[in-house]
Amino acid sequence: MTVHSDNAVARKRRRLSRSQRHNLTGWMFVGPFGVIFLALLVLPIGYALYLSLFQKSLIGGTRFVWFGNYLKAFSDPSFLSGVGFVISFSLVLIPLQMAISLAIALILDVLVTRFARFARLMIFMPYAIPTVIGALMWGFLYSKNFGPLGEFFGLFGATAPDFLSTNLIFWGLVNVVTWQWAGYYMIILFAALQGIDPTLYEAARIDGASQWQIVLRIKIPLVAPALLLILVFALIGTLQFFNEPKILQQLAAGAIPDDFTPNMYAYQQAFSLANYNYGSAISFALGAVVFVCVYIFLFATRKRGSFLS
Amino acid sequence: MSTTPVETTDLTTRALTTPGGGTTRDGAVRLRGRIPLSIVLAALMVYFLVPFWWLIVNSSKSSAGLFGGGSALWFAEDVNYLENLSQLFTYGGGIYLRWIGNSALYAVVGGVGATALAVLAGYGFAKYRFAGRRVSFAILLGAVMVPTTALVIPTFMLFAQVGWTNTIWAVIFPTLLNPFGVYLMHVYARDAVPDELLDAARVDGSGEFRSFFTVALPLLRPAIVTVLLLSVVASWNNYFLPLVMLSNNQLFPVTVGIGLWQSTASTYGAAGGQSLWSIIILGSLVSVIPLIIAFLTLQRYWQGGLAIGALK
Repeated sequence: MTVHSDNAVARKRRRLSRSQRHNLTGWMFVGPFGVIFLALLVLPIGYALYLSLFQKSLIGGTRFVWFGNYLKAFSDPSFLSGVGFVISFSLVLIPLQMAISLAIALILDVLVTRFARFARLMIFMPYAIPTVIGALMWGFLYSKNFGPLGEFFGLFGATAPDFLSTNLIFWGLVNVVTWQWAGYYMIILFAALQGIDPTLYEAARIDGASQWQIVLRIKIPLVAPALLLILVFALIGTLQFFNEPKILQQLAAGAIPDDFTPNMYAYQQAFSLANYNYGSAISFALGAVVFVCVYIFLFATRKRGSFLS
Repeated sequence: MSTTPVETTDLTTRALTTPGGGTTRDGAVRLRGRIPLSIVLAALMVYFLVPFWWLIVNSSKSSAGLFGGGSALWFAEDVNYLENLSQLFTYGGGIYLRWIGNSALYAVVGGVGATALAVLAGYGFAKYRFAGRRVSFAILLGAVMVPTTALVIPTFMLFAQVGWTNTIWAVIFPTLLNPFGVYLMHVYARDAVPDELLDAARVDGSGEFRSFFTVALPLLRPAIVTVLLLSVVASWNNYFLPLVMLSNNQLFPVTVGIGLWQSTASTYGAAGGQSLWSIIILGSLVSVIPLIIAFLTLQRYWQGGLAIGALK
């Protein structure tokens, strides 16, 4: 009896000191990142919000305008058309990209050959390329001076489509981004497929399922969390679209204006026009739009996903 | 269900409904299905490799060869790699080499720093129940969704206040912030480092930090390599941040440098910029080689590691 209670006291004391120790060491591990987080994420966001509440004008100097810049942004055709572009771009790009990377991952999952392993590595390769260089490479391929498109379409007596023209630049950019990221997404999906217990396929086959049914009923549902993760990445990446259109702007004369995407517009406002307050407001508004879009999306799909659960 | 009919349906469905061929026990497609799938795969591979091939072929050409109207996907008569290389490394007082060096510096210092912070924080979140843990972790997950470019202009404004813009730190500091890396490390550490092992180390009198270095770190190696690769790639490939922060071209990373050359060459048009195009093309090729080598040599680690966040 006494022994027992002594033990209990000792255990309790140990647990208390342990939770204190957990408190202190836990914060020591998380602390360094926390400092960076506060200095380079919380502080800039706060500062952007602060700056965005002011307006600089030639007569009155800098004055406090409450949400004036945001009212201006959300009625500014340049900002709105940029937002419209990135949203329609996401709607076309993301399903296409996911379909391609899923298709490749499914092929690689069943094709266990040396060639398949080699192809996996090659298809992933564009991920290692800076987006600037990727855009530049495709810019060359599209260009009339250096590109093979003229030659290729010439074989059939047709004129080559100009992906750097106002009409086709949308598809030119869809292609660049798909090329750049499909391999990375494919690797994520491939690893998820490889993680599925193969006895499930065996069981399904015994129940008479075809290869297609296994793909549709087992493989795709089981990689749904990975698909969701990819979708979130792609959405965050696409809404802040900047590098590719910025690089192709020079090659595609006139097809990409300075307000093509919200980020390009913010860059132009801040650095070409020295309009820092408005630039900050656009940055903050863009960040908020992305955050809210992604959050709503994750909330809507939270039952199936695992990222936020 | 009895066994006999099941076996027959299995055999018949295999024969009738899988035109791609049946599968072996381990899910691999038999010879009959291999050929069409391999052809599809080969076609896709060609698509993904065409830009590389274009770059390899065209960096061998002189300006005359580039603009001479020869085939865009095959070598011109004269193969000029050496001449182009010497031009690339001497143009503008050898600035290209400096840009590559800057890129390497930003990628290594920023990447290693970001990884170290992510490992510590991810491990802390996974293994210690400290006060405020749940709230901070929720904030961290929210931060994963904040687009990094939205932070660039405000960070520039902040750095301008303290005179940090146009220094190497203006590029390195923001690179240290990698909330997704922390999330990945947290997910991995949660399962890869058993609590019992840490408790055993405590009973043996090991301090918390010693346990971290001797027990946890070796177990976390695949995730560490992955986060390191992801951070190094993100930093090496970064364009928007250095473009905003830097105005001294001696500090440019190679991405901003090549972007500058490209806009110069475009401004002068095909006529004036001709000699610049061949070094832009070769410069692009040279700049992608380090990361391709890194990926090829480290594939054992990243192939599994990249999926950490996607597997539950």
